Amino acid sequence: MLRIALKMLFRDRAKYAMLIGGLTFCSLLMGQQTSVFCGLMMWTTALVRNIGAQVWVMDAKAEQANEVVALRQIELDRVRSVPGVAWAVPLYVGIEQARLSDGSFQNIQLIGLDTGTFTGRPMRMTEGRIEDLRLPSAVIVDQVAVAKFHKKGITLKIGSVFEVNDKEARVVGICHVARSFLGQPYVYTTFDRAMEFARPQRKLLTFVLVEPLPGLSPEELSARINKLPGLRAVTLDQLFWETAIWYIKNTGIPISFGTVVILGIIVGIGVSGQTFYLFVHDNLRYLAAFKAMGARMPTLAAMVLLQAFFVGFVGYGLGMGLTAWFGSAVLRAEQPPFFMPWQIPVFVAAVILFICTFSAAIGLIKIARLEPAVVFR
Amino acid sequence: MKPAIRVENVVKTFGVGEARSFALKGASFEARFGELLMIVGPSGCGKTTLLSVVCGTLNFDSGRIEVFDHDLSAMSTGEITRFRCKNIGFIFQQFNLIPTLTAVENASVPLLLNGHGTRGAEKTAAALLDQVGLGGKIHSYPNQLSGGQQQRVAITRALAHDPRLVLCDEPTSSLDAATGKKTLELLKERALEPDRCVIIVTHDSRIYHYADRIVEMEDGHVIGIHEDPKNFHHA
Repeated sequence: MLRIALKMLFRDRAKYAMLIGGLTFCSLLMGQQTSVFCGLMMWTTALVRNIGAQVWVMDAKAEQANEVVALRQIELDRVRSVPGVAWAVPLYVGIEQARLSDGSFQNIQLIGLDTGTFTGRPMRMTEGRIEDLRLPSAVIVDQVAVAKFHKKGITLKIGSVFEVNDKEARVVGICHVARSFLGQPYVYTTFDRAMEFARPQRKLLTFVLVEPLPGLSPEELSARINKLPGLRAVTLDQLFWETAIWYIKNTGIPISFGTVVILGIIVGIGVSGQTFYLFVHDNLRYLAAFKAMGARMPTLAAMVLLQAFFVGFVGYGLGMGLTAWFGSAVLRAEQPPFFMPWQIPVFVAAVILFICTFSAAIGLIKIARLEPAVVFR
Repeated sequence: MKPAIRVENVVKTFGVGEARSFALKGASFEARFGELLMIVGPSGCGKTTLLSVVCGTLNFDSGRIEVFDHDLSAMSTGEITRFRCKNIGFIFQQFNLIPTLTAVENASVPLLLNGHGTRGAEKTAAALLDQVGLGGKIHSYPNQLSGGQQQRVAITRALAHDPRLVLCDEPTSSLDAATGKKTLELLKERALEPDRCVIIVTHDSRIYHYADRIVEMEDGHVIGIHEDPKNFHHA
């Protein structure tokens, strides 16, 4: 009888297509929007992931990674004095303006790495060598800088020159890193040179990056550093989540994406639930005939559930397939943001399962109340 | 010899309170093995209700119904459903063929409900369809068949699992005279066996003469049982 159920479903082509279409659209909307949302949240944590230090020390009032609250230089020595610190290095992060050779401007995110160790260096160099940062006026730019400058008609390559706050910056390498939330290009240089590029300020140290001694966990070391007044130390994971959660709490992004996801669920329930109800309703006379011929409720329930879950399975597969296709396309272009952790397919599957169960339940209630004697009327 | 079906003083009402109406007011009759029994009467006299309570698709308020020695009032809904599945074949007024299933798939449904495998059920159904002259139409959908052909599929479906009781509700009302005649002849030829019983509910006087006996109903009562259908003329 299960085969009969599937044949009844497949051969009612209009409703079958509508059911599949509704569930595909619902899966696509939920999968794509939640993946873009997660991608956007990943962008907010780009700095944390690009630098990758185990323990981050910042001003006690700084709430997340992209909030620059400068520290005094002396804080570096205070952190180094904490027992359990293997090493501690400075990091400068600031938004500056680059002036291009044609006179136009481009906002950049200037990263000043520890001059001696280059701690926080870009993981993937596509051109040049990190060591060349020691050359005069040297900077390394990321792929976003190359693209943004290209749009302005300037081809960035090794040897290209631009100005940061009236000081010459010479490109010695091109790297590929996670792009920032606001889309500003990352420009890497040494900490000392960053002090020259940056506008003059009393405090210019943004973070102190710390490595615990072997055997000491980052959490334990953070707790020790947190005893220093005016400083706050967090682990990489903590800073990642604090940053993402800060954006969730303090921006309209989750409401915007959440609304679309909820709309997807409503459309799914509305279109698929209603279509499935119509499908069952149109077949009620025949289901009553089955009942009269001796089909028991478990048999009919199995038929209806199979039909509902089959369309759910196909719709989910198509929807997530389209989401993955969208994802692979945008990942190549690196925008819009897209990140699909395993929780998203599971979440979408759970919602589709709910929609199918809900749709089937409506049909089953109708069938359970159906008197087989109606076939004689 | 024991009757195949015994209906004693069966009462069936619909609604409650002032809206309560009596569909059957103490109907009684017996159907014998090997006979084609017709239940006739004007519209609204309770024929279809009587058919529904005999096959257990509708509960009755009082009285007693025995089908092949099984007392329906003593059986649970599940037991009645299983009994119906195995022992009763149905031919409906509107055929009730599933429009999205082919003739052979429609005819195989009772076999599938009785636990047969798809391949075996369709093989049996195809052979039966061939016997009723639809060998070339087994993969046709109901909307590709004429009314008479659809009724032949319905007959095949009713007989596919070899039931002991075949119940027909107005089997000729949707057919023209010639097709209706052929349908009855086919039904008599294929359905009637010494251990089987066929009950037809109808008000089509053109087919009365095919019956072995006629149960005449009016206003929820059985008002007469006619042993000589050829001389029966309903008012």
